[in-house]
Amino acid sequence: MYKRALLLLPLLLLAGCETMMPEPWVKPYERHYLADPIMSFERDPVAAGYMNHVYEAREAARGAEGGSGGGCGCN
Amino acid sequence: MVRKVVPGAVVAVTDLKKHVGLLVIALFASSANSAVLPEERADTMYHAYSGGGVTIDGPSVLVRKNIGNKVSLSANYYVDMISGASIDVQATASPYSEQRDEFSLGADYLVEKTTMSLSYTNSSENDYQAETVGFGISQDFFGDLSTLSMRVSLGSDDVMRNGDENFLEQAEHRRYSLGWSQILTTKLIAEVSVETVADEGFLNNPYRSVRYLDPNSGTGFSYQAELYPTTRNSDAVALRAKYRLPYRAAIKSEYRRYADSWGISSDNLELRYTHPLESENLILEGKLRFYKQDGADFYSDLFPYLNATNFRARDKELSDFSSTAIGIGASYQLPERWALFNRRNTVNLYWDYVLFDYDNFHDVRVHNSGDYLPGEEPSYSFNAHVVRLFWSMWF
Repeated sequence: MYKRALLLLPLLLLAGCETMMPEPWVKPYERHYLADPIMSFERDPVAAGYMNHVYEAREAARGAEGGSGGGCGCN
Repeated sequence: MVRKVVPGAVVAVTDLKKHVGLLVIALFASSANSAVLPEERADTMYHAYSGGGVTIDGPSVLVRKNIGNKVSLSANYYVDMISGASIDVQATASPYSEQRDEFSLGADYLVEKTTMSLSYTNSSENDYQAETVGFGISQDFFGDLSTLSMRVSLGSDDVMRNGDENFLEQAEHRRYSLGWSQILTTKLIAEVSVETVADEGFLNNPYRSVRYLDPNSGTGFSYQAELYPTTRNSDAVALRAKYRLPYRAAIKSEYRRYADSWGISSDNLELRYTHPLESENLILEGKLRFYKQDGADFYSDLFPYLNATNFRARDKELSDFSSTAIGIGASYQLPERWALFNRRNTVNLYWDYVLFDYDNFHDVRVHNSGDYLPGEEPSYSFNAHVVRLFWSMWF
């Protein structure tokens, strides 16, 4: 019985987490600033991809360029 | 072929499959409110890199179109036309020109808040062929404030050498990346990304040489072919953030740290400012970028004698160096009377000026005119201009 109660403990903890989890704090109607095109990390994929290619050709570092980078197949 | 079966490994693989299965279930187990497909647009660009005696320019055309509201297809044709003579070529070879053609196809499939993507890239030069396939998945969650993305790509290259028909080598590249982007406030978004790259095969340039001290040579040194390790593993982590200023403008900051198994490590920092001029239909942008790296363990500007080390490189991209870039650009939205096909059209021009400053790569060209001891030549530096001129049209 005692062991069974122990098995339930993680569930109780999880239930506790549920109430402690923060609510998404920026509501959909509060995102007009973020929706502005000037707020995207890279507005123009064609130019961003090219710059990543230039950096990769001139520098030893590669990877973690963000959404538009990486895997250009060029060496 | 006889394949050894190791019981422990089978269990591990089964466990891994289970975990991947759970992860996939977790990724798909959300509902309501959907993410969006990328914008439908066509970009036609002229790009040019010019510096250090080399010009690399050409077109790039990128088209992205939706099929229904779940599938987005993209295609890119990109050309590098290379001409001129870099410092390496001036020192050890003759000027040349060549062309690299690259085709890419991509497909994104959107289900609820999950986007899955497939890509294929083919790059072709007269002495280099490369194919890459990639698979990615991204998931919005936490009230769409968070996005988790993963990507895997596999590349396979054939390396040839002009003038040597018997030379054919292979190289393979595997890339694994993970990204987390997070809306932090109504004006601030941040992203962390990590990427591991594993290379295996013939990784050096078959034309490039290292130099070593040679008392029998008139200049005091001679050249021999480079020799790199056949594996390279690297890790990069980047943190970037974008903040909307109190007026309509935005700043971006980005920091990346890189390290690999060749002993190379680097840091780079970028700051960018974006400022729209609404009455003029213009978006102006300015940026600063700093990059600094410590070179490979087996790099040397001048080796003490022939075959001095197991591996050897004198590629300046593997040396200790830093670069500083300043960039400006403008995007102009065409007024309606000029807009082609009644669509939104922009013309864009961006220009970067980059200064490369090498710590332990010396300019051996001075031996043509002056009297220098080997290894006491001045350090090399050069500047480059990078131009992107493009027209974009949204469907």
